[in-house]
Amino acid sequence: MEEDKWLYEISSKKKLIDLNFKEIWRYRDLLFLFVKRDIVTVYKQTVLGPLWFFIQPLFTSVVFTLVFNNIANIDTGLVPAFLFNLSGITAWNYFKVCLTGTSNTFRSNAGIFGKVYFPRFIVPLSKVISNLFKFGIQLLILTGFYCYYVYLGHDITPSVLILLIPVYIFLLAIYGLGFGMVISTFTTKYRDLSILLGFATQLLMYLSAVPYPLSAIKEKQPEYSWIVEYNPLTQIIEGFRYILFGVSDTPFNWSTLGITAAIGIGIFFIGLILFNRTEKTFIDTV
Amino acid sequence: MGVILKVENVSKQYRLGLVGTGTLKHDINRWWHSIRGKEDPYLTIGAVNDRSSKASEEYVWALRDIDFEVQEGEILGIIGKNGAGKSTLLKLLSQVTSPTTGMIKSKGRIASLLEVGTGFHPELTGRENIYLNGAILGMTKAEIASKIDEIIKFSGCEMYIDTPTKRYSSGMTVRLAFAVAAHLEPDILVIDEVLAVGDAEFQKKAIGKMQDISKGEGRTVLFVSHNMASVKQLCTRAMVMENGSVVFGGNVDACVEHYLKKEDKFSEEKKQVVWKKEDAPGTEDFVLRSVCTKNSDGEILGSFIDNQRIHLHIETEILQTVYNMRLNFKLYNSKEIIVFSTSSHLFEATEKTPGIYSYEVVIPEYLLNQGTYRIALQAGMPGVRQIFHLTKVLSFNIEKISASGTTYTTVLPGVVAPKIDWKIF
Repeated sequence: MEEDKWLYEISSKKKLIDLNFKEIWRYRDLLFLFVKRDIVTVYKQTVLGPLWFFIQPLFTSVVFTLVFNNIANIDTGLVPAFLFNLSGITAWNYFKVCLTGTSNTFRSNAGIFGKVYFPRFIVPLSKVISNLFKFGIQLLILTGFYCYYVYLGHDITPSVLILLIPVYIFLLAIYGLGFGMVISTFTTKYRDLSILLGFATQLLMYLSAVPYPLSAIKEKQPEYSWIVEYNPLTQIIEGFRYILFGVSDTPFNWSTLGITAAIGIGIFFIGLILFNRTEKTFIDTV
Repeated sequence: MGVILKVENVSKQYRLGLVGTGTLKHDINRWWHSIRGKEDPYLTIGAVNDRSSKASEEYVWALRDIDFEVQEGEILGIIGKNGAGKSTLLKLLSQVTSPTTGMIKSKGRIASLLEVGTGFHPELTGRENIYLNGAILGMTKAEIASKIDEIIKFSGCEMYIDTPTKRYSSGMTVRLAFAVAAHLEPDILVIDEVLAVGDAEFQKKAIGKMQDISKGEGRTVLFVSHNMASVKQLCTRAMVMENGSVVFGGNVDACVEHYLKKEDKFSEEKKQVVWKKEDAPGTEDFVLRSVCTKNSDGEILGSFIDNQRIHLHIETEILQTVYNMRLNFKLYNSKEIIVFSTSSHLFEATEKTPGIYSYEVVIPEYLLNQGTYRIALQAGMPGVRQIFHLTKVLSFNIEKISASGTTYTTVLPGVVAPKIDWKIF
């Protein structure tokens, strides 16, 4: 037998990016089962069950409409305020659940990770996919309200670019996954971050133009608006709303989408590198 | 046949104490060394993994320079005390964590029966959990589907298989989990002492299954156990670990013997007692000098294998002539049952003049069952006075390792376990 034909080697050396697609493919059944587990078990033994998927975005949109549009008088243009908020929250929620779902990968799975080996990347990936399912449901409600408002006679039509919707979903996922993996890495050693994450996402939402259009902050706070404008998440949210409603004060442009995508992929790879470094020894520090 | 697994110079370092304080400082220091191309400053220090004394260093080597090879189809037993590094080694082998230095090379997939029930979700039913757990352990859905009936049958949970596992008793959960793990078919199987799960009936089933796996199918197995009987029965080769290193390797019998001798260290004071004149038990006419237990080669031991004779050696001194003096001893097992008692009076002269007298009492081989025993020693003149009565002068351990014709590797029921011949006509 040849001396060097080893199936695998375990050593202390770490490759920078060690994403073994073949291995992930071999564990695809596990991925599927994790996704299924996440979806099936969340609302077991609840009365309303999957209805909770609807309730959260609807109520948040109602509150946002009350506070931001009725009280603070933020103008959402041709788009009805409620629909505007619902669309922003739907997109934002997907990012948020991807982020929080992956950010505690190591800590909440320490039990399993400490006992058996399987490609660790399966876990964050399964979170992104199972949340995609919830996002899909929420998108259905959004579509429902969309039709309702069109029926009421509001002048909104999706632009042709609606075909780009998978791209936007992908971007939300990749940002959530990338940041989530970075945070999951650091929380194994420094738990402060998981505490920080809760309100940081809350604050980040306000900086990502979720409850207001980008044009509103540009008009009212021109000196600080760059913080929001250069936030790639703002561009995703704004772009998402544009392709849905076909109207926006900040028109769609391809180069913004390109840059946003490039940054997202960059963050994803940084996350992946850190994730790879951590997955091998985190069990000793967690 | 060929080398299927090769472990080269593997070491593993752990940090002691409160992990968290000062890590940032050490991390920065490490990083600073690494960008200048220097060695990790914390790798050079580190105490040997000896739990009996408190380590003075901040880092400890849980494993140090482990080197071994496993041939295809071999069943390697790994034995050692708690804390010898066995579990750490298995963790490295199953890729849960990576070694600090060194390299592990494998030609096959490794799966472990290290921990059962990994990833069980209480809300899922038994059947769903079989799929989930199987997939975590590396099986594909098709593989599990082809074995599911067998798994369910083996677990003995047919009735509850579509009930969420949170409604299971802990025993049922463990049985279901073991059933999944036992149906894995990796190239290299790592078995830790999971045997101690479930009731006696299930244990028997589990051990039988493990023997089938390791014997029948010609698979490579790494077997970690404290049970010398199962190691002897199952393994083709063994190694003994101590304080993070392999201290002995090769023949199973030799390893087991080495280990038992080593393990003896625990009961140093229990296998031999030597009294000083001032505090020796006794009276002005008769004192006890020393007692110890030896094997037939005269080595002082506290752990015996069931095929060894136990020589109880008692040294006494008579200071004034005594009449009708006798020594009695009782052997108690761990359940406080007197296994037997015996007395020297049939062998003693009625009158004993001053001098040193040694007694040797031989407990025959294949008599005692596995377990811990204590010796109560008493001296006196019946009906006149008692000289001393020591309720726990010595204790020793019996390890049952010779096959008794059954696959029963747990303790056989019964106070004694003599070798009984069966004749069948």
